Amino acid sequence: MDILIYGTINSFSLALMAIGFTLVYGISRLPNFAHGALYVVTGFLVWSFISILGVHYIAGIILSLVITGLLGAAIYQFVLIRVRGMATSEIIASYAIGLAILEGFRWGGFKGMTYTLPVFIEGSIEIAGVPVDLQRIIVVGIGAVVVAFLWLFTHYNKIGLALRGMAQDERAAMMLGIDSDMMALVAMALGSILAGLAAIALLPLGNIVVEAGYRVLILAIAVCIVGGLGSWGGAVLAAFIIGFAQIITVAYIASHFHIVVALLAIIITLILRPSGLFGRQKELEERV
Amino acid sequence: MKLEPILQVKNVKKAFGGVQALVDVSFSVNEGEIFGVIGPNGSGKTTLINCITSFIRMDSGKVFYRGRDISHHAPHKIANLGITRTFQIMRPYYSLPAYKNLIIPLFSPRAKRTGGWRGGGKLGDRDAVGIDILEEIGFERDSFVPYKMASSLPTGYLKRLELARCLALRPEIIICDEVFSEMDGITLIMIEHRLRELFRVAQRVMVLNFGEKIAEGKPEEVMEDEEVKRAYLGSDRSLDEPSEGGKG
Amino acid sequence: MKPETGERRRERLDRGIKVRTEGIYAISSWEEMNYLLVPRLALIVGMLILPLAMPSMYWQRVISIVCIYALLALGFDFLAHFVGLVSLGGALFIGVGGYLAAILNTSLGFPIAVTIPIATIGGAIICTLLLLPALPLRGVYFAIVTLMYPLVLLRIIEALNILGGTEGILGVASFPNRWVEQYLIILMVIVSLFGLRRLVNQDVGLVFRGVKDNDQAVKASGLSITLYKSIAVFIASGLGCLGGAFLAHIYMWAGISQFALDFSILPIAATVIGGGGTLVGPIVGCLILVPISELLRAFGTLRIVFYALILTAFIVVRSEGLMVYAQRKYHQFERWVRV
Repeated sequence: MDILIYGTINSFSLALMAIGFTLVYGISRLPNFAHGALYVVTGFLVWSFISILGVHYIAGIILSLVITGLLGAAIYQFVLIRVRGMATSEIIASYAIGLAILEGFRWGGFKGMTYTLPVFIEGSIEIAGVPVDLQRIIVVGIGAVVVAFLWLFTHYNKIGLALRGMAQDERAAMMLGIDSDMMALVAMALGSILAGLAAIALLPLGNIVVEAGYRVLILAIAVCIVGGLGSWGGAVLAAFIIGFAQIITVAYIASHFHIVVALLAIIITLILRPSGLFGRQKELEERV
Repeated sequence: MKLEPILQVKNVKKAFGGVQALVDVSFSVNEGEIFGVIGPNGSGKTTLINCITSFIRMDSGKVFYRGRDISHHAPHKIANLGITRTFQIMRPYYSLPAYKNLIIPLFSPRAKRTGGWRGGGKLGDRDAVGIDILEEIGFERDSFVPYKMASSLPTGYLKRLELARCLALRPEIIICDEVFSEMDGITLIMIEHRLRELFRVAQRVMVLNFGEKIAEGKPEEVMEDEEVKRAYLGSDRSLDEPSEGGKG
Repeated sequence: MKPETGERRRERLDRGIKVRTEGIYAISSWEEMNYLLVPRLALIVGMLILPLAMPSMYWQRVISIVCIYALLALGFDFLAHFVGLVSLGGALFIGVGGYLAAILNTSLGFPIAVTIPIATIGGAIICTLLLLPALPLRGVYFAIVTLMYPLVLLRIIEALNILGGTEGILGVASFPNRWVEQYLIILMVIVSLFGLRRLVNQDVGLVFRGVKDNDQAVKASGLSITLYKSIAVFIASGLGCLGGAFLAHIYMWAGISQFALDFSILPIAATVIGGGGTLVGPIVGCLILVPISELLRAFGTLRIVFYALILTAFIVVRSEGLMVYAQRKYHQFERWVRV
């Protein structure tokens, strides 16, 4: 029973981590290797707002999300846009920025004390005999809300539909007058905000450390590959598969194996079904 | 000319997103035949080639080469069986001489086995074989055309260079995507938009429209087909008139 | 790259001597031969003299490290600019080579002369197999997988406490004397550089270029993209594993820091700064960056931020890199032309 509960919690956590990455890739074909960095940035910003500036928690969250979104947009506007179309340079630039931010934090951001974010609600409840922190339930809640919101947004809102159009067929979308650079900018901003949202939900469960950034990047990529790069439905499904696989492994084999599961998931996917669960088989299609 | 089908294509379907590019296409080509495929823009011609040669995975359908099922072979394996194709949008190495552009196909296992077009068996010196092939296809050796930079060659020569790439593999079948030319001794599947010239050369033709085959048979018969006339010209004008320009 | 100013246009032409030295005419006179040989000799002699010019043990160690990074950077440049594969994880090769050499030496007792070749070839085989699933796929998958492996393997070793865990494998044999250590690795770099140069200028180099620029045509010409990518990855990872094996014997230790980010990012920065696509550029880049990195050691991981930012700056500005600029100046001249 606890596998069911912990599995669900883990799965929603993974979904939250991954959705930002797959959204950016789906819309602009950019692998945002700075995803983990943006996660940590948001956590740090919230901490700074509430600890140093004494801002109220909720206000701090909102401000941090806005700043992170702007940071993501800035990364696109000032760096990535100049290397658009040159796949080699895009990848290197995105990786370099992510690394710069994370290692910058390692050097200058976190020194001395432990940085934590307070949980939203203290305490825990029991579900079917299993004690669960309320914060973890909130994680599930936020995860479910994000997924539902994204679904509604991309199906019923004009901008959301445009984003979905871009994801499905960039050239057709451009012919319809949708500006691809603008969309990529929006995508990066949204993806960053989603990374931040994941940080806000998950960081209260532990400390804010640079390590978390790398962990989130690894897990987000694993989930997105299994689900299919660019497919957000796939990402959610993959999050559940990997989420439960990890919990089961931890329960029956050993607690350190959860990262092995992520690696194996990637390798197995690339061997058996490279495009992922819901990805379209672009690796075989002719480039025009 | 033997009358066994060298290539059989059965019930190929392919959809991209919501668009059905190929509805249900079947045809067969006999050995040594020249078979034309024509159709207006967007009728699915290039998609058909991509499916046959496995550059795209078809949704369903089968392709048989001399009775063997090659539907899911990798593209390079299909090329090594002798089924070659040209590309409508060519990208030769402009900064290299023409004959150097043939080095890559001459590296293939098939070229090594057969020595390339008109080769007598094992592959000799690649550069020399490359020049021989180009001469065969009309690059005048005396005027040093094979040695010219690809960037200095006019389109006609570049199209022939593309064909030479196929010849380097000593092909059994060449699928020509919008390349007009005459070869003998090989089976040719020619994808064309320019009807007149194709009709003079092809022995049988197939017409595609919106991913469906709407006619197949001898050129004279197909020219008279009502549906074909409507699809191509939108009226009952005769197909004898020069067709419009543009690539399919 | 030809800016228009009013009615004039800048034009770049190969220098006369460059044209004269093409093909067989290169040996027609001393002038021509010098034109070709001098830069190459300067590089070789320069590298060979370096340890003599800097006899202190500290700087000799730095030279060795430069060479190890140079091997990685060579591999990166080859993969990225000649085959089209971006490797974000040089640390994978160093780690595999290093651990393999250490295990062969400490557990199986093989001497250095045996561990290094085996670690190089064996390591290359292992790395190629690890990266194999990504090879038939689009380039971004290769980048992702090379990014992931060092990060994940490092954490696995730490978490499962295998292969010595966080302490690593200790007691690895060192070189008989430091001159052997120095010159062996310098030699390896020189051989690798000229070897790769030779390789990409052969016909097979055209195949690799095809894999990079026009893989459709390569497939249609009957060649397996996966096969050629595998060969390229084998070569590049071999270079990296060689470096890793050397590293293990130099420091007499192999540990998780060999999967560290330095080995992933510095080769990339060195290539971008030194000039990608030249194979010499990355080496020059290492000669510049590694000593700087030594000086920055006091600042901790700030040096990684430094590489990353410089790298990004160069990419965004679309700088061609030092050696590309230098080669252009050497081989070509510019002049203004009336339009």
